[in-house]
Parts: sequence; C-alpha cells; structure tokens
Amino acid sequence: MSTFKTEPTRKIFGEALAEYGAIDKRVVALTADVSSSVVTTIFAAKFPERFFNVGIAEQGMIDTAVGLALGGMTPFAATFAAMLLRTIEQIRTCVAYAQTNVKIVGAYAGLSDFKDGPTHNSISDVAMMRSLPNMTVIVPADSTEVRKMVPLIAQHGGIVYFRMSRNDMPSIFDNSHSVKIGKGITVLDGSDITIIANGHMLSRSIQAAEKLKTKGISVRIINMHTVKPLDTALIKKCAKETGAIVTAEEHSVLGGLGSAVAEVLSREYPVPVEMVGIADTFARTGPNHESLLDKYGMSVADITRAAQKVLKRKSD
Amino acid sequence: MATHKHPLELQEELNKIAQELRIEALAMIHRRGQGHPGGALSAAEIVAALYFHQMRIRPKEPNWENRDRFILSKGHASAILYPALAKRGYFPEADIKDWGQIASHLQGHPDKNKTPGVDMSAGCLGHGISIGAGLGLAARISGLDFKTYVMVGDGECQAGVIWEGVMLAAKYKICNLITILDYNKVQLDGTVEEVMPMEPMKAKWASFNWNVIEIDGHDMKQVLASLDEACSCKEGPSVIIAHTVKGKGVSYMEGKAEWHYRVPTTDELKLAVEELDVNV
Repeated sequence: MSTFKTEPTRKIFGEALAEYGAIDKRVVALTADVSSSVVTTIFAAKFPERFFNVGIAEQGMIDTAVGLALGGMTPFAATFAAMLLRTIEQIRTCVAYAQTNVKIVGAYAGLSDFKDGPTHNSISDVAMMRSLPNMTVIVPADSTEVRKMVPLIAQHGGIVYFRMSRNDMPSIFDNSHSVKIGKGITVLDGSDITIIANGHMLSRSIQAAEKLKTKGISVRIINMHTVKPLDTALIKKCAKETGAIVTAEEHSVLGGLGSAVAEVLSREYPVPVEMVGIADTFARTGPNHESLLDKYGMSVADITRAAQKVLKRKSD
Repeated sequence: MATHKHPLELQEELNKIAQELRIEALAMIHRRGQGHPGGALSAAEIVAALYFHQMRIRPKEPNWENRDRFILSKGHASAILYPALAKRGYFPEADIKDWGQIASHLQGHPDKNKTPGVDMSAGCLGHGISIGAGLGLAARISGLDFKTYVMVGDGECQAGVIWEGVMLAAKYKICNLITILDYNKVQLDGTVEEVMPMEPMKAKWASFNWNVIEIDGHDMKQVLASLDEACSCKEGPSVIIAHTVKGKGVSYMEGKAEWHYRVPTTDELKLAVEELDVNV
C-alpha cells in the first residue's frame, strides 16, 4: 500500500496567501485570535495594514469582512471551521444573500483537531455551507492543492468556503498538478466502480484502490475538491461507465459530498451509492487524527468494504 | 455644537422632507398591508438629514466608489428609506406603490442587489456596525475619503455582535464610521426597559472608547450639528445617540409597542396624514 509523505498544510496555506497578497493589494486577511494556528501570521508580518485580528469575535469577523468586500477588498476570513458555525447567519445574510465577495477559510475542519475533541471538530460545515445559495465550497486534498487553490479563490468572482485541515496532509500531487474550481479530477482510471473523494479521504481512497486491485477490482478515483458547484457531468459519466459509486469524505454522511453526489445521481442517473464518512454522531478526543478517522468509519478498510458492498449491489 | 452652517431655512426644508417621508411611509405600509411604522417614523429627521443634506452621493451613479454609504442596520425601517431614495432619484417614485410585490425591486427589508441606492442588505439585526467598520477600513486602505453612516436600533443593541463591531471600530480608530442610534425606547415585545434594559446607554458606548454625542433626534438643528461633529472627530468612531419617539408625529402611535409592526386602517391613515400635514 502506498505511503505518502506529508507536508505542513497550514504553513503552505499561510505562505500562499502572503505570496498572493503581494500580487493583489486588494487581498486582506482577518482572523479571530487564531492567526498562529491558521498561519495568517505570515501575511500579517508582510502586510500589517491589511491584516485584522478581531479577537474572539467570529460573527464580527465575518461582518467586518463583508464591509471590506463592499469597499472593494478581497477578504480572507480565517478561523476554526467549528467556530464558524456560530456565524452561519452572518454568512447566510451578509455574505451569501447580499453576495459580498468574502472568502471564508474554515480551518481545523473534520476531525483534524483530534486533541481538542468534538467541540473543535467540524463535521457539518460542508452541509451547512453548500445549502446556501451563491456559495462555492472547496475541500482540497493535499497541500499542493491548497497552494494552487489560494490564487484561484482570490480571483474567483464570488463567495468561497475553503475547508482546511489542521494537520499535515499526505502529499498526493506534485507541482504540475492543475486545478480548476468546479472541475473534478480523475486521479486513477478504472472500470468497476468509482470512488469520489475529497480532503483527507482522497489519499485513503488511493490506498483502498490498491487493496481492491489485488482482489481484481478496477477502481476509478475522482478528486472532487469542489463540492459546490458540483461537477455533475463527471459524476454522470462515472455512473454510466462504472455503474457504482462510493463517496468518501471527512464529514457527516448527512449533507456533505455523499449527499451532493446522491442528489445528482438519483435525479439523473441512478446507480448504487455507498457513502463513507462519519455516521450521525459526534466523535471523541483522540491521540491523533488518523486513529479518529479509523474509529469513526473512515479507514481504508471502511472504503474497501463500501466498494465491495456497492459492487454486490451493482451485480444484484 | 456649531450651527452657523445650518440656517433656519435648511432646517425647515429638511423638517418638511421628514414629514413627507413619514406620510409616504405610512401610505406604503397601508397600501401593502405590511410593514413597521413605529421605527420608520422615529428615524425620519435623521434619514432626511442624511439623504438631503449630509451624504456625498450621486443618485445617477449609485455605485460610485467614493460615495458616502448608509447602512440601515435596523432594516425593518425600510418604509422610511425607500421614499428617501425615490425622492433623491435613485429610482422612479412610482416604484414605491409596488413594494413587496413579487416583481418589485423593493423587498420587505432593504436589498442591495435589487434596489438602486441601497448600500447593504439588512433585516437580521446586529450586522451594521461591523460591516460599517469593514467599509471604513476599506476606505483607509484604498485612500478614499468616503464616510459610512450606520443606523442601529436600541433593541438591536441587545445583539452581542453589535459590541463586537463596537470593539473593533475602536481598536482600529475608524473615524470615518458614524453610527446613529435611533433610541426610541420601544421594541417589538414592549419597551426596551421591559424587554432588556440598555441603560446606561451613553456610558456603554463611552466605555468602549467611542466619541458619544447625545441629541434629540427630532430636532433638526441638533441632528445636523451632531453629524458635523461626528464627521470632524479624528480620534475614532462616533455614535450619535438620538433620543427619539417610536411612531413620532402620529399621536396614537407615539411610544406604543403595538405600532412596531401594525398596519394603519384607512381611517387611521387619514388621521395620521392630517396630523403630519399640519406640520409640513
């Protein structure tokens, strides 16, 4: 099974934001007393006049970002995804409804803040964000994708929710990796089933595909970094060509990537779907991120089991 | 407070406009069968002063980069804003009659993407000060000298997020942010004192290091002078605590919580217009 090197994802985000901030003077950064955690410190050191620490005041942070956007700036408002949940009304009314060009960075998402426990986990953010009109939702799969996405998000003429992990993500892509918002990427081709994954679950899906290959199962893997707008054409194509779908995400199975894929397929091309994610439950504090993913239904074995189950359903 | 800039004729003209806005607001609410008269009427002098004297705006160029902004954070007072915008020429005055119809650009609460001249959508309370602070910071970064005026309600100040914005504006010394508190003492469920007391209001803002100006919000001379004073402050953000009367100008509405959201009948409207006309 492939093992992946890891890279410091948060630091890479911080560097990418500062690098882009040098090119585009309209980029500003806001944070709510977690700048060292989300590594907007690099931006702050280079552009102190464009950096605003609002204190532990997440709702005020979003509204201040809204005002900056109204004034022609491109604000990146970054804090823990879990704490952004208290700003959902700000995001709905003043960002999504008012269509203000705010980039919301939800850091420490999923179970990645393993040491701080369920209060700091965020397993519902994708569901909440993608239910909002005008919202774009991006869940990058590795640090290279994070780095490549930052300029695209800044240049994107609208609201983005950018979901980030706390931890050093396994490195999947090299510098030649090319991303486009709203376009899924075929990471591995195959014919029996398709695994549609994002975030931390992409590397685990690649490992699962290797295991499945030894059992004679040909797996296609899609990196669905953009949950909204969803690449429905690619999903339909995969359903037609492989006839079975597994989704894999570090999020509740209610309302996230799996639901989004199922919404498309149930309407346009019904095939069996199995969803890998956290069941409708809160997790626990753990010694590390990986063990929590394993415990809460997102292990490599969980993906292979889901693949075998969906294959059986396909052949039934 | 300096008053030489505001001759009596100007005050009288603005007072007349305020009364006309009140009449139009009540007519709109009556016609639509929906709306918030009390908090619209309490804000009439301030809105008249802003749109017909104070603000640097170009109604034919509503998105002009360096225009002064107005955020009606207490968005339920839309019935006083819409007639002001129409009268200033942002859109035809005839549009007013369609308020709330599906095809109308005039929403229940102000919508910046539908109605020309609305600088920010509002409706859910508590957002205006942080948003105004963000606009103030954007002006600073861009080297623009526009000002942002934010009108908040007294009940609205019960929302914690208001004070998040208040802290931020003070921290960053955002002088180009002027907040006007329409302190009419009444909210939906009763008086502010009953629902959630906010006194000492002045001390609250002062303790957050804001420049505080206290006025009678129906005295045009004081309204104009306070806006000038707030604009001249260089140390940080200013709040004008405008003591007002909910439903001001209509005897049977004044100070009554039931007129936060109630529609005047045909007879009630007639009586209101008679009372307001006397003062025009």
